[in-house]
Formats: sequence, structure tokens, C-alpha cells
Amino acid sequence: MTTLAVDRRGGAPAGPSDARRNPTSVTLLRGMPLAPAVVLLLVFLAGPILYCIWSAFTDMALTGASGYSFVGFENFTRAFSSAEFGQSALYTVVFTVVSAIIGQNVLGMALALLMRAGNRVVRAIVSAIVIGAWVVPEVVAGYLWTAFFGVDGSLNHFLGAIGLPAQDLLYSAPIVAVSIANIWRGTAFSMLVYSAALSEVPKEIEEAAVVDGAGTWRKLVSVTLPMVRRSISTNLMLITLQTLSVFGLIWTMTKGGPSNKSETLPLYAYEQAFQFSQLGYGTALALILLLIGGIFSLIYLRTLRVGDGPA
Amino acid sequence: MENQTEQAERRRTGVSRRVLTRRVLATVLTGLVVATVAACGGGDSGGASASTISVTYKQTGGDPSQKDFLAAAKAEFERANPGITVNLQPITAADSDYLTRLQLQMRSPRTSPDLVYEDTFQINSDIEAGYLRPLDDQLNAWPDWKQFSETARGAGKALDGKTYAVPDGTDTRGIWFNKEIFAKAGLPADWQPKTWDDILSAARTIKARVPGVIPFNIFSGKAVGEAASIQGFQMLLNGTGDTLYDIPQRKWVLGSKGFSDSLQFVKTVYTEQLGPTPAQSLDPNFQYVVSQQLLPKGQLAIDLDGSWISHHWLPGNASPWPQWSTVMGTAAMPTQNGQAPGRISMSGGWTWAIPKNAANPDRAWDFVKLISDRDHQVKFSIVNTQIPVRTDVASDPKYLAANPTNEFFASLVPVTHYRPAYALYPRVSSEIQVAMESVMTGTADVAGAAKNYDEQLRTIAGDAVMTAAGS
Repeated sequence: MTTLAVDRRGGAPAGPSDARRNPTSVTLLRGMPLAPAVVLLLVFLAGPILYCIWSAFTDMALTGASGYSFVGFENFTRAFSSAEFGQSALYTVVFTVVSAIIGQNVLGMALALLMRAGNRVVRAIVSAIVIGAWVVPEVVAGYLWTAFFGVDGSLNHFLGAIGLPAQDLLYSAPIVAVSIANIWRGTAFSMLVYSAALSEVPKEIEEAAVVDGAGTWRKLVSVTLPMVRRSISTNLMLITLQTLSVFGLIWTMTKGGPSNKSETLPLYAYEQAFQFSQLGYGTALALILLLIGGIFSLIYLRTLRVGDGPA
Repeated sequence: MENQTEQAERRRTGVSRRVLTRRVLATVLTGLVVATVAACGGGDSGGASASTISVTYKQTGGDPSQKDFLAAAKAEFERANPGITVNLQPITAADSDYLTRLQLQMRSPRTSPDLVYEDTFQINSDIEAGYLRPLDDQLNAWPDWKQFSETARGAGKALDGKTYAVPDGTDTRGIWFNKEIFAKAGLPADWQPKTWDDILSAARTIKARVPGVIPFNIFSGKAVGEAASIQGFQMLLNGTGDTLYDIPQRKWVLGSKGFSDSLQFVKTVYTEQLGPTPAQSLDPNFQYVVSQQLLPKGQLAIDLDGSWISHHWLPGNASPWPQWSTVMGTAAMPTQNGQAPGRISMSGGWTWAIPKNAANPDRAWDFVKLISDRDHQVKFSIVNTQIPVRTDVASDPKYLAANPTNEFFASLVPVTHYRPAYALYPRVSSEIQVAMESVMTGTADVAGAAKNYDEQLRTIAGDAVMTAAGS
């Protein structure tokens, strides 16, 4: 290697070669190793995304028409003027707020706090159970909850045994039923994130707060929570984006019904794109869902001010 | 130490060892990427070789009948045509997902199979999309084609007058009833309703005399999907004299009296509690609950359903029930007031079609001829509980003896109707399910549900709508 380099240095063309090497070409040359990764990203990540954006502006159909054409914003105006879309957007927000922001987030934090206080055996048992729910595949979870909430399900047997009237949540309030199932399934994730964050909070600071006369609640609100603020923001963003795109769980439990009363945007987009074969409209709906996710993320970034303060 | 050596070397040479290594790596990696991309571009030929026929079909859950039938045909075909391989590619999925995946495959010559199994429900759409090739020349030169019944020959015929597919079976729909429950209610074992009211009054009798049994099931609502539309609503509508779609005018029909009357029938069933509870009906698996649970357990008296449901009760299938042939009776669905022809039915069915992008269409056609001949069709109709599309199969003693209800359901073929399965049909069908569901759950009255359907139909079909005659 050294010999080679010396030979090159010592050779006649060495001088001009150095002169030709201007800054741009050096940068390009140094960027060369990145090229394979860039090509892969462009072909397999950016490609499909661009294609998706493009097809949202066409009347592309899976069947029933042999060609397709550019239709501008027609798919979007159609979505925003459709009552069905409005309804499913509303259910999407309800599902996300109830099951992720309130359910998984609050319950995950509560479990993490309680587990910090519990002894090792309790901690091991609780986390095994909670994480078990998280590990169960979506479809299996959906099936379990259908069997639990069903008219002849285990919940009604239990209610009957203690003399309470039967419920029919899957029929009367399906969005509540799928939200509960999603809380059950997703709480483990928040719990893990918060357990990790809480273990980083220095004991000394909390003890100092106690010495200054703060009660348990005061200590939690004024000291502990502000210190894990960045984790809360990250966790909220992650679970919101996950929940917005939940499909399998709802599909297995209700297929979006009855009367579309649990049809969130992913199910609506699937129905339009694959059951009614309107690929263009379906991709437009997917883009709108992306937009809603973006809005939620912005809100979290703004309100929790991730930039400053310790984690 | 290492660092110092390198720095010294760099001072001496002007090129660091690291930069050199990077250059080498970059060249190698670029080469790799180019090779990979090239391979992706040209590699996947989807069985385009002239000696292979790729056949895509739907595999339903654990039911092996279609798989075994095709595997036997494959072996036979390969024996008769040495050097040719039949590549069977099942797609295990529910109906609508199967069709979606099939359409995605047929879009590109690289992935297109040579022969596909197409639902008559979707075939017109796929023809309009240009996925299939016309078979008129082959069919005219094929003597067996004359054995196919008139309606069957129309199953794969498009609006352009060309025929794109060969059907392999059909189905009809009618009434199944439990003779044991009927005996308890004092109803005859050879029951044959003449009007819709006959059905309702039998259901009322059962409700009064046999408590704990669901008197009558008509599929309704979006959860059961197409079953509500074809087994439920269109079995009613086609008995009123009105239609969903006017074929001569090529327009969808708005606001017909038959439409409202059919909704009223559904409403009566559910408000008088002659049917299952709405919560039961809106279980996405209700179709299977009915045929594999409620009927075999004697919990349902009358069921408006398909000719194929006894398939579930055969030995080795989903819910074996040896006594079914003595317990269950069958009757044709009557028209609304008994008007001519007195009874009606609806038919669907599947076909074999050759995609436009097929690499080996001639060989694929040879395979179609083999699996559609008389012997294969007799076998197929028996194992799959299908209504034959060939007249010589329908009268075959082996077929008639195979299942006690075969003869009855085959006899409904002359009064059967097909769905207007054009490109817009899935969306129209979905609106029908919505209308049924809203009268069933009581969220809308009949007039409101019918009005909402008309509004949705106008949005879906644009100008291709017309007001029903006499409304």
C-alpha cells in the first residue's frame, strides 16, 4: 500500500493530477461511498412515496378502466365534501385520543410509576403480563377481544354470573370496544418507555423536593413529570402515529362496522382502494392520514418544547 | 502510535490509507448495486418460459377440493403433453382480497399468470380494465362449448359482445328449512311458500310455537358484505318485477317500488323479531355461524341461503352433519305476490380466463379444455357442490346421485338471475347493504333509506341512472 502510494507520488503525472483535484470533485469523490445507500433509498423508499403522491392526483383504478389520467385535486375535494370521510376522520381522532393519548399514555405512565414503587417480584409479574399483551399478534388480540366482548362472550358470562345485565359493546359502541382492545395491546410500549425514563430521574432531586415539603402529588407534577418531558413527547408522537394507522385490530374485530361506526381512516382507505378499486382516491386518503399524523406531531413538539431542558 | 504512523505516511504521500480503502470499497459497492438493480430489472419473468403454464386460483381456508382437483388435472395434462409443466399458484385469501391480488398480478406482463380463476362478480370490470383476452375463436372451434347452457355461455360475455371466460360451475339460492322444527310448529314437511307473506306467516308461527329458535334468517348489513346483497336483497328485488340495472338502457335504476318493498320486508323481519338480532346479523362471520353452527344445532328454522351450504356438512369438511339430508328441506324463493314465474333465484359462479399479459395463452387454453370436459366437470361439480354449467353434466346420474339437493338447486337455473356485475357494482352493492342495515337497526325508515340509496347512486354512477318505470 505504502509502496503504491509512494510510486504514485513519485510518478510524473502526480503534479497535474493534484492541480486538477478542485474542491467540488473532491467532495463528489468522498461522497462516492454513499452512492449505493443513496441509490437504494431513492429506488426503494423515495420511489414508492413519489409514486403514491402522484397516484393520489389521478383517477387510477384497480379494475374497470383501462387507463388513468391526472385529475388534480379532485380526490381531495371529494374526500373533504364526503360525509363518510368526515365521519371516519372523526372516528380516527376519537380512537387516537381515547386509546393512545389517554389510555395507553396515562395507563403506561401509571404502571411505570407504580412499578417503580413495587418490589422486584411484583415488577416482574406485572411486566410479564403487560408485555405479554404487547407481544400477542394484532390479529390474535383482535380475535381474543371479539370473543371477550361478543354477545355470547366471556364478559357477558361473567356479568351474568354476578347478576349484572349483559353488554353488547361490539354492536352499540364499537369504537369504544376497539379502543379498549388497543389500550390493552399498546400500554406495554408506553410503560417500557416511561420505566426507562423514570429510572434516569435522579433520586436526589426528588428527595430534595420532599425535604422542601412537597407531597407525593406535588413531587410528581412539579419534579418528576417535567424531568421526563422529552420522553413523554417522544412517546406520544410514536403511539399517536402507531394508533392512527391501526388496521388489523379493527378489521379483525368489527371490519369497521356496524354501520361504519368504527371505520377509521385506514379502513376507509382500504375499502375505497381495494374493495371499490379506486386506487387514486385510496392513496389520496392515505396522504390525508399522513397529514393528520403530521399535525399531531407538530402539536406535541410545540406544547412540550422538546428542544430545551434535560430529559 | 498507529495514528502517528498514518499521519507521517500521509505527509509523505498526500493520500491517506483510509481514503484509498474508501475508494476501493466505493467501486466494489457501486458495482454490486448496479448488478442488483440489473437483476431486479430483468430477473423476474413470472414463468414466461414456453414450457410452463402458470395457473392462479383461489384456495379457501382448509378446503382441499379445488387443490386436489387441479393437482389431478395437472398430472394428467403433463402426462399427455411431455415437456410441459403446469405451475399451480394458489392464493389463499378471502374473495375480495383474492381478486385484488389477482388484479395486481395481471397488471404487469412480468407477473401475469397464463390462466386465472375469475369470479363472475368481477369479470366485467377486469374486461373493461383490459386484463383479459377474448376467446371467441377458440370457443367456436371447440365442440364442447355447445354443451354449456345458454346462461352459462353468457357468464363471461362482456358488453362488447365478446366472450372472455369459460365458467366451471354456478350456484343458485333458495330456502333451507329445518323439518324437525317445522313439525314442532305444526308446519308441513313439504312446505313451499307462494308469496313473501307465506314466509312471514310461517316465521310468525314458529316464533309463537317454538321458543328459543330463530324463525328466519335473511342476510343483511355491511358486515356480511356481498351475502347481504345477493343472498338477501336481490333475492327479494328480482321477485318484485323491478331491477337494479336496466340492461337495454345501460343505466342503474333509481327509486323503484320494488326497492322500497324489499326494504320493507327486511324491516318487518327485524322489527317483529322474526330474524336474528341485529347484533348477531352484524357479526362479520355470521355466514359461517349460520351454516356451521345455527343450522346444524337446530337453532334456526328457515334460512335464505346458497345451494352450496351442504358442502360444510359433508364428512371431513368444516362441520360434518350426517343427518342433514333428512333434517333439512329445501324450497324455492317465491316472488313477492306469487306473480310469474312464481319463483326466483340468484346465481354467481367462477370462470377460467386467460389474461392479456399471459406468456403462454395457447397452452393455457389446452388446459382449460381439459378441465372443462365432461368427465372433469362431473368430478368438479360433485366435490365442490356446484351447479353444473354443462347440460350433459347436469343430467349425469353420478352427479344427481351425489347429493340429495343437487337436483333441486339445479332446477332453479331457468329462473335464476345474475348480478349486474359491472365496474360500479361493488359500490352499488355496498350501498344496498347500507340501506338494509339502516332499516334493520332502525336508524332510518324505509323511505329514508331508499332516498339515501338514490342519492348515493347518483354520486357513484353520475348520468348512468334512470327512474324506474311506473314510479
